[in-house]
Amino acid sequence: MLPQNDSRVAAATPAAAPGPLFPFVLQLADTSLILAHRLSEWCGHGPVLEQDLAMANIALDLLGEARSYYQYAAELEGQGRTEDDLAYLRSAVEYRNPLLVEQPNNDFAHTILRQFLFDNFHYHLLKALLTCPDTQLAAIAEKSVKEASYHLKWSSEWVIRLGDGTPESRQRLEKAIATLWRFGEELTTATPSEKALQELGVLPDYATLLPAMQAHTAYVFAEATLPLPGPVFGQQGGKTGRHTEHLGYLLSELQYMQRTYPGLTW
Amino acid sequence: MNQSEWPLWEVFIRSKQGLDHKHVGSLHAADATMAVQNARDVYTRRLEGVSIWVVESKHIHASNPDDSEAFFDPAADKVYRHPTFYEVPDSIKHM
Repeated sequence: MLPQNDSRVAAATPAAAPGPLFPFVLQLADTSLILAHRLSEWCGHGPVLEQDLAMANIALDLLGEARSYYQYAAELEGQGRTEDDLAYLRSAVEYRNPLLVEQPNNDFAHTILRQFLFDNFHYHLLKALLTCPDTQLAAIAEKSVKEASYHLKWSSEWVIRLGDGTPESRQRLEKAIATLWRFGEELTTATPSEKALQELGVLPDYATLLPAMQAHTAYVFAEATLPLPGPVFGQQGGKTGRHTEHLGYLLSELQYMQRTYPGLTW
Repeated sequence: MNQSEWPLWEVFIRSKQGLDHKHVGSLHAADATMAVQNARDVYTRRLEGVSIWVVESKHIHASNPDDSEAFFDPAADKVYRHPTFYEVPDSIKHM
């Protein structure tokens, strides 16, 4: 067992049984990795050169964040697995990302709306993690919150442009809302690990993030001249390993290189 | 709207405080907000700058290459216009 930087977290991760911190850090890592991969699929296919680059930039930000989490997760686990083992050599049911981020790119409007739903949560979560008693998570949050702040600005701007754009852009965005809105709820629904960390004061109660998230959504949708979507039945399961069929296809591409050439490095 | 209808913008980046903005290239964007964001994504990925200016290319008026003889050649033989008789102290940078 590696030394812990906070006694409360150490108490939450006794050597005998895996504590809630490892699965949570892994969940953060998987979430950023899978979304980074989805965005990287746009590379070379963006609607305009400038947005192609914007999406590649965001993908790289998220990949960097994922690496920090995977390294920390590997350290927490203490079983000798590396960040690459965790990122590339697990099966789909072991991934802990929410369903939202594995949804296919579809068109630009779907990609934008997926990004907006994620960024609005991601930014507010990182802001809350700045004061996290786990110093490692706080440090990662401090680096990533600046990036996430730009991501949210970018995706919000595009929701407004597409909603308040041409009849076609608006219709595509409405279609994306109809497809993806149901995946938003999972982000702020705590898993047993997240609940345990919330009780320990490591994580904020997600209910405390909601007012700021909802206020931002209301502002963006008003600017986009879109009606706020009503309540929908939330699709959940990714954070506990029950994924949509899309993740398997994504992983077969993501993991191809490591599986075909085990131990390959640059 | 077709992407080719987006106007062209010229991008100027200040690489650090105290220096002037330098022209780095151009890009397409629907309006100034998007142009600044696009410039951030296209031209400041490697810590190139601390400030961005964008201006729609149509607002830039250029000299005509056909005029270059009349415009520029007369200055070629007037070396006395160069301040070469002053010594610049070492502590003055960026001259």
